Amino acid sequence: MAGTWENTKMKSMFYKAALAATALVATAVIAQAGNLKIESWRNDDADIWNSKIIPAFNKAHPDIKIEFAPTAPKEYNAALNARLAGGTAGDLITCRPFDASLELFNKGNLAGLNDLKGMANFSDVAKSAWTTDDGKTTFCLPMASVIHGFIYNKDALKKVGGTEPKTMEEFYTLLEKIKKDGTYVPLVLGTADQWESATMGFQNIGPNYWKGEEGRNALIKGTQKLTDAPYVATFKELAKWGPYLGTGYQAQTYPDSQNLFSLGKAAIYAAGSWDISTFRSQGSFEMGAFKAPPPAGQSDCYISDHTDIGIGLNAASKNAADARVFLDWMSTSEFAEIFANSLPGFFPLSNAKITVKDDVAATFLSWRGQCKSTIRNSYQILSRGTPNLENELWNVSAQVINGKMSPDDATKQLQAGLAKWYAPQK
Amino acid sequence: MTELTQYALSSKSGFGRLALLVFFLGPAVVIYAAFSVYPLIATMALASFTTDQAGAYHFAGIDNFILLLTDKDWRGPFWNALGNNALFFIIHMLVQNPIGIAIAGLLSLPALKFRATYRTLIFMPTMLSVVIIGFAWNLILSPLWGVSEGFLKFLGLGSLFKPWLGLEGSALITIGLISVWQFVGIPLMLIYAALLNIPEELVDAARIDGLSHFRIFFHVKLPLIMPTIGLVSILTFVGNFNAFDLVYAIKGALAGPNFSTDLLGTFFYRTFFGNQLQLGSPTMGATVATAMFLIILMGVCIYLFLIQRRLERHSF
Repeated sequence: MAGTWENTKMKSMFYKAALAATALVATAVIAQAGNLKIESWRNDDADIWNSKIIPAFNKAHPDIKIEFAPTAPKEYNAALNARLAGGTAGDLITCRPFDASLELFNKGNLAGLNDLKGMANFSDVAKSAWTTDDGKTTFCLPMASVIHGFIYNKDALKKVGGTEPKTMEEFYTLLEKIKKDGTYVPLVLGTADQWESATMGFQNIGPNYWKGEEGRNALIKGTQKLTDAPYVATFKELAKWGPYLGTGYQAQTYPDSQNLFSLGKAAIYAAGSWDISTFRSQGSFEMGAFKAPPPAGQSDCYISDHTDIGIGLNAASKNAADARVFLDWMSTSEFAEIFANSLPGFFPLSNAKITVKDDVAATFLSWRGQCKSTIRNSYQILSRGTPNLENELWNVSAQVINGKMSPDDATKQLQAGLAKWYAPQK
Repeated sequence: MTELTQYALSSKSGFGRLALLVFFLGPAVVIYAAFSVYPLIATMALASFTTDQAGAYHFAGIDNFILLLTDKDWRGPFWNALGNNALFFIIHMLVQNPIGIAIAGLLSLPALKFRATYRTLIFMPTMLSVVIIGFAWNLILSPLWGVSEGFLKFLGLGSLFKPWLGLEGSALITIGLISVWQFVGIPLMLIYAALLNIPEELVDAARIDGLSHFRIFFHVKLPLIMPTIGLVSILTFVGNFNAFDLVYAIKGALAGPNFSTDLLGTFFYRTFFGNQLQLGSPTMGATVATAMFLIILMGVCIYLFLIQRRLERHSF
């Protein structure tokens, strides 16, 4: 008995060793074949890169081989830094927005891309996440953004005879109608995870009040304060939401919110466009979307079209010329079209006109033509000090929605925190 | 044992004695020094530096500690976390340890059946991953799909239900009680073991003198297990002031609402590793870690010098 057991164990060990050796050889071969390697945290997208994006590129450029090599999102920053330091990082580097990538550029890990022809296809807002503070150098090609708005359950609106609200006032009339009807939770947002309140609440409806880029840049220049009317007004709107949210929304987490809506129990969901694919795979009802409604009487509208993913060139890459060819291709409408349709909810940032087949995603995208785009106002420069503006926003937005803090106090706390370390706001 | 050691040492020459010492103590000293003493000293050293814009380190002496204790934006969160931590500890001392002692007392009753089953069941949560505990209680207490509201309604107490984990006034207490539920097995086991050590003759003598089970427990057994209760208290203290995982699993690194569940551990995590757009600061993180170490050290010293010396020990 013991002998046979010993034998099988030996055999299995031998197989394991053999397997490991084969795997080693295999990876070595792949590493040799790949001329360009892409570092990314989007391991969810590996399949789309390998089956759609890279083959499409190779139709035009069969001689440039590309390998998509993602790392888990949580480990990406640390792993990338280690590989950059050790000289083993890939040629193309997927860029996090703002400070994390700016740091890489300042350390000389990312090459400047001002001379890339394709860069002309992007707007300044799209490039802002990967441009130096002085606006002179752009170091990553903008790849994708996420857009905020509200996704709704069409059955719920039909039941109460409501239509998409065009103004904030209509928004509350609609919520009141749904509440009276009682079948559906009128509005889905939980304050337990805090970021939901700031991102899906404050940054979603706020741009209409602070006039998008105008207000965002005014904060950075110091010509506007967070205690000014637009910010107080935004918080005043959030303060009205409590009665329309689900029972115990104070303990409702983000997955709770997603489930509440995808199970068909709620009418309107304060959304980020990335939620579309979750709801597509789980929800079985018709969905629609409307943009953050501006206050009554305001003719122009603003949407949060937040730059989320870019791609840059490793300054130490040995295949820089090939990498630039690929980056140029990524700025074309061909790439934009493939990307937008494979990942509904992530929108390419180039100015190219594209058609998105998912109707909800297409609705989100159509707002770019109707409204002016802006990014979340806490992301560029303003979250570099202590206290951190983004953290503060999470905290006060949740408190305002919970009814624990007045809109005035919320803006006072934000302004005091920012003024403490940010010179233009002192 | 001591006699054996003395014999072994005295029978050796000077060199042999040294070799013996190195053989027995060496591995422990090396491991302890490399994985405990060195990181501790390195952390304290890191706390005495600051970084500038370019990322270079500069010696700063105790500036970081002065910043932590005097600056409004550091002092506020620090005292808040310390206060929350104290409350977290008090909850454990008032709820976890008395329950642990009581259950240990019940388990050591001679007439009890299914003793091993109870013991295993009560100890079970201690062995579960904290992520599972956090997830399970989040679901149980969820106002949307949790069972707790229905259960309270069944008892006719439905109006008492609140989203406890989301309210500023109750979130920390709720998490404290979840932690008690998880860890009650540890004081239970230690005290149960101490109770088993009490000789039967003592208990029998008390019974012959006419004492009830209840009075035997309070007047005979409890005084005898005081040293173990002291040990349990200090373990609770150290464990609570190092606590982090349960709050992180349930509330995230920002420990909401309005930092009402922020413990020193989560405050340290945010400072050292950052959060969303906040970049981590290794030097200030090390400062917070050192402050945590000093707080725990003070607590342990107070226990050692003021309490443990007064505890009466009995050997049977």
